[in-house]
Amino acid sequence: MFETLRQSLKTGIVTSSYPKTPVEISSHARGKPEIDWANWKDARIGASVCPTAAIACEDRDGKRTATLDLGKCIFCGLCAEADATIRMTSACELSSCSRDELKNVARYKLASDGTQQSLIEMSGAVAMPIEPSSDSFETTGRELKRRVAHVFGRSLHIREVDAGSCNGCEMEIQGLNNPIYDIERFGIHFVASPRHADMLLVTGPVTRNMELALRKTYDAMPAPRLVVAVGACGCSGGIFGVNYASLGSVDRILPVDVYIPGCPPNPYALLHGILMAIGRM
Amino acid sequence: MNLLPSLVSIFDELTQRFGAQIEHAHAPQPNELYLHAKRELAGALCSTFYKKYDGRLAGVFAEDARAEHDVFFVYYLYALDSKHAFVLVRVPIPAEQPELLSLTNAVHAANWQEREIQDLFGIKLVGHPNPRRVVLHDDWPEIYPLRKDFDLRTELPPFTGVRHKFREVEGEGVFQVPVGPVHAGIIEPGHFLFSVAGEPVLYLQLRLFYVHKGTEKLFESLPIPHCLRLAESISGDSSFAHATAFCHAVERAASVEAPPRARALRTLCLELERLYNHVADIGAICTDVAFVTANMHAMRLKERVLRVNEQLTGNRLLRGMACLGGVRFDFDADQLRVLAQLVNEFEKEFTELVELIRSNSGTRDRLETTGVLKPEVARNLGIVGIAGRASGFDHDLRRDFPHDFYNEVQFTVPVFTEGDVQRRMVVRREELFQSFAIIRQVLGKLPSGSIRTAVDEVPPDRVALGYVEGWRGEIFHWIHTAPGNRLARCKIKDPSLQNWPALSEAILGNIIPDFPVVNKSFNFSYSGTDR
Ligand code: SF4
Repeated sequence: MFETLRQSLKTGIVTSSYPKTPVEISSHARGKPEIDWANWKDARIGASVCPTAAIACEDRDGKRTATLDLGKCIFCGLCAEADATIRMTSACELSSCSRDELKNVARYKLASDGTQQSLIEMSGAVAMPIEPSSDSFETTGRELKRRVAHVFGRSLHIREVDAGSCNGCEMEIQGLNNPIYDIERFGIHFVASPRHADMLLVTGPVTRNMELALRKTYDAMPAPRLVVAVGACGCSGGIFGVNYASLGSVDRILPVDVYIPGCPPNPYALLHGILMAIGRM
Repeated sequence: MNLLPSLVSIFDELTQRFGAQIEHAHAPQPNELYLHAKRELAGALCSTFYKKYDGRLAGVFAEDARAEHDVFFVYYLYALDSKHAFVLVRVPIPAEQPELLSLTNAVHAANWQEREIQDLFGIKLVGHPNPRRVVLHDDWPEIYPLRKDFDLRTELPPFTGVRHKFREVEGEGVFQVPVGPVHAGIIEPGHFLFSVAGEPVLYLQLRLFYVHKGTEKLFESLPIPHCLRLAESISGDSSFAHATAFCHAVERAASVEAPPRARALRTLCLELERLYNHVADIGAICTDVAFVTANMHAMRLKERVLRVNEQLTGNRLLRGMACLGGVRFDFDADQLRVLAQLVNEFEKEFTELVELIRSNSGTRDRLETTGVLKPEVARNLGIVGIAGRASGFDHDLRRDFPHDFYNEVQFTVPVFTEGDVQRRMVVRREELFQSFAIIRQVLGKLPSGSIRTAVDEVPPDRVALGYVEGWRGEIFHWIHTAPGNRLARCKIKDPSLQNWPALSEAILGNIIPDFPVVNKSFNFSYSGTDR
């Protein structure tokens, strides 16, 4: 007993508390890939190495439509290795309320050798750039607490459902409860029953075997309720996509309020997404 | 034939006994013997390997070769640990009469894998004690997804949720408690049905494969470099181990070898994966017996490793680090210092945590003699990895089949025979201390030089076995290459697939409130099992 107390006291407070300590994301961390759209010469390079088709292109009538879909991206950095106009950033807070906003689409005029001659127009997230937030876990958390208090009165209850994930997302979601992130201090609790929940956090491409359980969990929740799709698989089906056993993204089954990209999204990205979802209430 | 002498003599003995009914195919690696045998011989060979050569069945899987050979092939993978060798027996199953004589009655270890073959290939099991569906749940239409004429993208009618007919357990005062598939915590889905009489559990039935997502079929549709990223998503907590097992298979098929520095860096990453998972499990086991403080310390240590992972490889789960022919990122002097410092601090704090747990006698009371998996039962079911080593299974691929840099470092393999939750925790604890030593040794003799051998297009029609001792246990990837840098087949074997039935045995006679801690002490991967 005394030993337990002694060690706890010795360890002290470890919870992240920016601005006293700097944000703890390594400069080596791979987040969102950044494309120099105006000078992008050949989208086919990225498209051929991209394992999830997050970078894709289609040619028609001497024009090319090139897409970077953050909902599919697993931040592997292979495109940046192959193409110097792409660079990896450490931006990870990329959540969005709309699936389309995660897609950057550019149209190019093609040169005769099949490369891109000039940028015609852009749409999606590029038009409204997703600024890598400089907010810390602490500031985002405090903001979250304020909004939770405003919308729900006291606290936010989340039910998590793994609808087919590889368990990578579960690991990071569990991490929110560790003493470093300790998200309970912002009034957020993970609960066992959907009947107690305000928010459903869903990971994975939804498998055929889990579809019914997911629907039932959702149906058991009292309204108003929020659904957050977590990870590349939850947002878009990810590398699994749609196949005989996988139905793909969560929004094919349930109405999704917020998408949190990442493979898996780290605790900062998760907190950011949860905050965004509350903004929808 | 460049086979190991011990395998040559085994082959000679087998030829004397079976004559022309078996045929030595080819030796892709000196420690792998490939045998082609008649289908009728599968059982006799199996008992020979078990009885005579101290072998064990490490995997059973099938392949659709109807287009080229007019048959399905079923492969039996035997590990002869004491000889440091594998034997792969291939038997043909005629396309017009797809039936397989089950070995499950003799070797329980084959149970789920044989049923998986029946589900995915439509090869009917003959003589299986429980030939019901396992991968595809009861309401699935008659489809055989791993047959070549089945299209990956086939759209099926929606799931109607026909209830699985569990076995009835009857008697006075017996009642049933269903749990899942959605569990109370933030964990993966699976369904458990307990039959209890009062408190003690009489029978536990498992219904898994809720997260089956067609992974093996998907491997057949992607170019090999993309398959590697898919391998990272087989089981998130073993991203690097699975990716490395896949790399080994592809490298062997392409006849290239990763340079020494790459092998050393791989070893470091495999040990980092072991560090964060083992410490998290130790913490979680403490939580399940209400010693939450210990878990808080454990989670703090885990988070520290995840951050170092990110500093070293750009990703907290070490994703993106693996690459065919080596690793993608080298560690510079600063990064190596960070790693060395992590090991020192982790060791110090972990030692304190161990003391803390030791000093809490209540924890030990709850963990000892709880969830016992007896060595005979473990051996019967072919239980591997940490779960096996807590029940007398003295094997570890890192020692018996050294891959990457493991033949350059010294370590011991902790083995216990009690088989209870306490020992499964202690195996992890001891392995962590070994990990610190392994990381230090690797850092001490880190080779210089390149971190990657180029792997060009992989030649078609090669078969290769890749294996890694992940933190949970042995992982196998068996591949058969196809033209155009693709795969005709990729069999993934996570230790969880082998080990799940252990849970049903270990829980017998225990009370339901102890189920969470027993389950946690095994901590199987649902996704790794279901794929
Ligand atoms: S980082 Fe990887 S997944 Fe994302 S766009 Fe680039 S290649 Fe594709």
